[in-house]
Order: sequence, then C-alpha cells, then structure tokens
Amino acid sequence: MSTETSAKISLQDVRKSFGQRQVLNGINLEINQSEVIAFIGSSGSGKSTLLRCVNLLETIDDGAILLDGTDISEPGLNPDPYRRRIGMVFQNFNLFPHMTVLENIALAPRKVLGQSKKEANDHARELIGRLGLSDRADGYPDQLSGGQQQRVAIARSLAMNPEVMLLDEITSALDPELVGEVLDVVRELKSNGMTMLLATHEMGFAREISDRVCFLHQGQVLECSPPAEFFSRPQHERTQQFLQRVTDAGRL
Amino acid sequence: MIRRLSLALAATSLLALAACGGDDSASSTTEGTSTESDCSTITDGKLTIGTGSPAYSPWVENDAPESGEGFEAAVGMAIAAELGYEGENVVWVRTTFDEAIAPGDKNFDFNMQQYSITPEREATISFSDSYYSSNQAIVALAGSPAEGAKSVADLKDVKFGAQAGTTSLTFINDVIKPSNEAFVYDDNAGAKAALEAGQIDAIVVDLPTALYISAVEIEGTSVVGQFPASAGGTTDDFGAVFTKDNPLVGCVNTALAAIKDSGELAKIEQAWLSDNAGVPVISVD
Amino acid sequence: MSQPGVTRRQAFERRQKRRSVLIALTSTVIVIGLVVALVPQTPGWYKVKRSFFDGAVLSDTFSKLLSAFVKDIQIFLWCAPCILIWGMTLAICRSVRTPALFPLRLFAAAYTDIFRGIPVILTILLVGFGVPGLGLGRPWNSPYLWGSVALVLAYSSYVAEVFRAGIESVHESQRAGARSLGLSSGQTLRFVVLPQAVRRVIPPLMNDFVSLQKDVALISLIGPIEILRQAGIDKSKYANFTPYVGAAIIFLLLTIPETRFVDHLMTRERRRTSGTAVR
Repeated sequence: MSTETSAKISLQDVRKSFGQRQVLNGINLEINQSEVIAFIGSSGSGKSTLLRCVNLLETIDDGAILLDGTDISEPGLNPDPYRRRIGMVFQNFNLFPHMTVLENIALAPRKVLGQSKKEANDHARELIGRLGLSDRADGYPDQLSGGQQQRVAIARSLAMNPEVMLLDEITSALDPELVGEVLDVVRELKSNGMTMLLATHEMGFAREISDRVCFLHQGQVLECSPPAEFFSRPQHERTQQFLQRVTDAGRL
Repeated sequence: MIRRLSLALAATSLLALAACGGDDSASSTTEGTSTESDCSTITDGKLTIGTGSPAYSPWVENDAPESGEGFEAAVGMAIAAELGYEGENVVWVRTTFDEAIAPGDKNFDFNMQQYSITPEREATISFSDSYYSSNQAIVALAGSPAEGAKSVADLKDVKFGAQAGTTSLTFINDVIKPSNEAFVYDDNAGAKAALEAGQIDAIVVDLPTALYISAVEIEGTSVVGQFPASAGGTTDDFGAVFTKDNPLVGCVNTALAAIKDSGELAKIEQAWLSDNAGVPVISVD
Repeated sequence: MSQPGVTRRQAFERRQKRRSVLIALTSTVIVIGLVVALVPQTPGWYKVKRSFFDGAVLSDTFSKLLSAFVKDIQIFLWCAPCILIWGMTLAICRSVRTPALFPLRLFAAAYTDIFRGIPVILTILLVGFGVPGLGLGRPWNSPYLWGSVALVLAYSSYVAEVFRAGIESVHESQRAGARSLGLSSGQTLRFVVLPQAVRRVIPPLMNDFVSLQKDVALISLIGPIEILRQAGIDKSKYANFTPYVGAAIIFLLLTIPETRFVDHLMTRERRRTSGTAVR
C-alpha cells in the first residue's frame, strides 16, 4: 500500500477525521534526515493532529506514515518501539507532577531502555546541566517556571535518544520572556543535526530555524518552501491571506 | 492550635457534664400500692399482649398468637379470659426480645417471650409470677463432641452458641465455662444457622425450645442434655414482662393463680410442650 | 514602622491572628458554658445520665470492651489490605481500553453494581452462613474467615469506584506524555497514572476505611463477640447503655489519631511537591 522511500519520514496521503470533521485531508510530505520542517496555519488546520499522528498517539484513517521506510501506521502494529525513536514535546509540558525533575527524565530510560538507576540518573543530570537547570534536579515540576518546565520536558524526550523530535506549539503557553530560553535549546538541537517537525506560531523563529515551512489549511499542505521564499513570495492565495493577517497582528 | 485548644475544652466539658451530679430529684417512678381493682390497660376495653417477631414454636404456632395456638399464646388467652377480655378485645403486638426488657414505657400491657425472672431485669421492668419453669438444655448435631456428656466437665471443649442477652448465654459463661468463648447471635435463627453450618457444636436454649428444634427444625440434632436444678443447674422461671411497677401485675397474678388452681395451666402445658422425661441430665457439680 | 525588623504586614497578621484566636476561644467557652449550665436543668437529665453515662458501669465494662476490640482490630487489619488490592484490581479492570479485554470491564462493572447494591449485612449473612453451610469442615468454615471475605467482597466495590474516579481524574495529557516516551500502556498505568490517582483519592478512601472499622462490628451477626456485641451483652446485663458509650470512646481513640496522621502525611506530601500555596 505504501510506496518506497529513502526519506526519514514519509507521509503518504494521510487522512484523519474526528467524527464528522475531516481534520487531515490527504497529507503528502517527505522529510529528510536532519531536516527541520515548520508547520504553520490557523487553529484547527490540523498541525497538532498531524504531529500526534506521526508518533501514533492518534491512529490515521487512511494513508501511510513511514519511518526509515517502515510503515509504522499499519493497523495492529505495536506502537511502543517506534515511539521510542520519536520524541514529542507538548504545549502544556505534560511533566509528571508526582516525580522530581530528575525522576521525570530518568523514568523512560530506566523502564523502557532498561538502564540502571545510576546510568539513567547520570545521563539525566548531564542533560539538565546542558540546559542550565542543574540546581533544579531534585525539585518538583510545580516549583519551576514555565520556561524551566518546558526545558525539562525537552530533556525528558532527549533522554531517550530519539531520531526525530516533534515539537507541538512548545512556546505557546509561555510568557514572552521565557520563550527565548526554550528556543535556544531548539537551536542547539538543530545544530546537532536533529530531524524536527515543529508546529508553531512563532513566525520569526520558524523563519530562522527551519529548512522548509509548510502551510496547512483545512487538512492539506497547501505549500511548502524554504523560509526565505515562503515568507517573501508565498504562492498560494490562502497563504498570502494568512501571512497578511499575521503581519497585521504584528507578529511577523 | 486554635482547633486543638477548642477540642481540649470540649473534651473537658464533656467530662465535667458526665461527672456533675445534676438534679437528683427528677425521678418519675410512681409509688403506689396496686389495688386489686386497678386493672386498667393501656387501651380501654382491650388487653394488649406483646410477643416476639417472629414468635417461635412451641410457644406460638405459625407465628399467629391470635389463634391461641402454642403454649404462651394459649396462656396469654387464658389470662385474658380470666380478666374478662375475649376475641377481638385481645390485641397482640410484636416487639424484639431486647425492647421489652429495656427501661421505659411500653406499648403492651404485658409481654411473653420466655423471659426468665432475674433480679437484674427487675431493675427496669416488673414480672408477673412464674407461668412455667424451664431448665437450660443443649441441642447438638449427631456426632457432636457434646454428645454423651454426663457432667459439665465433659463440655469444656465444646463450641457453644446462644442468643445475646439471654440467661442461656449467662449459663454458658457462668456455669459451663467452656475453654473456647461462645459465639453469640441476635436471635436463635442465627444460632441455628451456625449449627447447621458446623460453626458451633451445640446451642444452649430452654428445654422446650430445644425439643422443638431437634424434633422439627434441624434434622440430625438431638437434645443432648438438660440442667435441672436438682443436678446443680438453674431452673428458669418464666414471667410475663410489664412496665415497671404497673399495677396490672397484681391483676394478672390473680388470673394466673386462678388458671393454675383450676388445672387449666397444666392442661395447656400438656397440650403444647413435649414430655421432657426422657432427656438425659447433665450434672453441674 | 513600629518595631525594628517587623514589617507592616507581619504586624497586621499578628493582630489578625490574635483577634481570631480570641473570638474562637470566647465563642467556644460561651457555647460549652451554656451546655454545661443548661442541660442538667432539663427534667430527664438524671435518667439519661444514668442510662448513658454511668461511671460505675463504664469502669466495670471497659476492660472487657477493650479486649473484644482487639478482635475488631485484627479483622480490620487483614481485611483492609485485601480490600485495597481487590478494589484496585477492579478499578483497573474497569479502566482498560483495549477491545480484547472487554469481558474484564463487564465483569468489574457487574461486580461493582451487585456488591454496592446489596446491603453489607446481607452479604455477611449469605457468605458467613451460606458458604460454610455448603459443607466445609472446621476450621475452614470459620465465621472470622467468611465474615472477612464478605467484608472484602462488599467494601472492594466501594473502594474500586473511588480508585476509578481517581484514575479518570488524571488528565489524558499525562498518558500522552508517557506514551510518547515509549512507555507501554501497563507502564503508563503503573508509574504515571496510578501514583497520581491514588494521591488524589486519599480523603474519600479514608472515609471508606473509617466506615469499615465500624462495619467490622457486623461480624457479630454470625457469632464472634467483638466490641459492639460485647457492649450489647453488657447492656442487657446491666440494663444500661453506657457500654455503648464506652465502645464509642474506644473507637474514637483509634480513628481520630489515625485520620490526623493521614492528614499530616498528605500535607507533607503536598508541601513537598507543590509551588507556593495560594492564600
């Protein structure tokens, strides 16, 4: 059913509906290793749903999703092994409130990868050290600011050594002054060659960091191009309208 | 801190309340000698007799005391007739065993539920003269360790069961003194269920009830023995229960004396209570 | 600025606190004072006091009540863990989502409906007399055993619903976060959902367990002389209700420290994991 591909992730005619509402209406996209793709579009255009389908949190109705050429969207397939290879960071962080920062990060490596407590904790400390949160290792998520929590969430995903990172509006819930520290982390990830799919409202950041920007409208990718082209010479009328609205709102 | 302080205050005041004497004078027992002519009942023109809920055989047959069938039903009706109450002027009401002997006013003129006359109970209610004397007896399943017991010593390792608040229970605890604490039930139905389930070896009840259980109610049981006063046991005298110091007691006693003298009581006994001659005696000494 | 080192706010709060302590103490003293002064003036007080608060009866019966209470404690101690385990199992059965495990959901739902619907007394009589009546020999037909089984069967249904409410109150996003890391469904339940669910339902669980401590007395229906039965026997013997007051005192001596202790544990946990508390 799926066609062969050499891309890291291949989305082939992906469709998804919730009840009567068709949210993804035939998505076709090839994403290469170390590529950074930014998805932009109005609310309800399907950005979050698309990301949730890639890591199999949602099952797709039709089409295929391939990871390194393997069809991971095949019905009945156990999603867990693939989720290990794909990290996801959420708008609302989704940290585990009953565990310390260190425990949050070390949980999956211990239980899923079978690392020893010492190994997992050391690795976790190293990660939070890199993110500048060493003094918070034994604190609880509720005691951290939003920006700190999001950085912990990123560290938590990175602890699994994923091949792909999905970032779902990760700065939307943050105060403006905290956004910067999170975006710094993402920049570093990019410079280390991580393949990333971001859904975002941060146009400036999308322009800076992505290799391609894709505009999602009513469940379809209307256009996809490198940022310079995308923002200065959008092809599609809808894209133009959207960018115009965003500019008017002063967010470009 | 505030809460703890208030809690402490509340606790100490409660203790103070309990300790303080209060008014001794608020006593409402009426002193008065009962005259034979003071035979008033709680409802004018009717005699209200209380019995159990349900009422068991052989004391009341078919749980229908109005029929006059069953020993206590018959005695009740006989007393009523002596006092001049017949037919629908005799009203039967139901109470639990405990209710009737608890302190306070009653909804019956007198209550018959095989109540043994004891001084403790006389603190809160009044008894008529005895209308029946009964021994404690043991009912057990065939093959029970209680079988063949000749004396109380043979019963030490038996697992007993009895109804709460009865003289049977007191008998087990004070006279038999088994090594294993008895099981206690709300009513004899519980004790019977436990016997059938093999959770207890034997039930202690009054002899007529024991005979009825073994003859009719539970297959495979027999009356293993009785404890008459002559062998060191205690004989229970059954009396009707009245509100404390009720002048009606005197009237009922007169009626009771009359049916004893006329031989009617003996006839009723013969009609409803089995012959206990064949039951083995267990000595207490 | 009044004193050195004391801010305006600190001084204000000190005054507020002093005032509220004064109000609380005064009103408490007035109410208790009224009760202590007025209740003994009522006509029936002497009789009520004699029936319910008789010092002599209390001291006569107290030690026997205490030793009967040991039975209640023992029964509670072996029932409570079983109820927690079985209740948790039922709650998990009811929360599974995979279609293949649907029979488990059905079973758990039916079980909960039935045992919550049947009065506990009935369950105790049916199981406590009924099962041994099928022909078990001693000691397997013991009323302690089957009475406890009945309590476990009945109370697990309530506790299961409490756990289920806790599990469902954990937001879906927690599961999303856990599954995204590659944790399996079972691992997510065990390490992420259940720890949060249990912490949330500790107050209603305490409710059920204090209730259980009292319902253990129902075992007296099938024979054992536990504290309330002993109080009843004494009531008949002395024609006085004070033994019940004695039993109530003994219950409170256990349940009050117990609940305060659990409250303390919960406050400590909350303080440990959360940020600043909102006033």
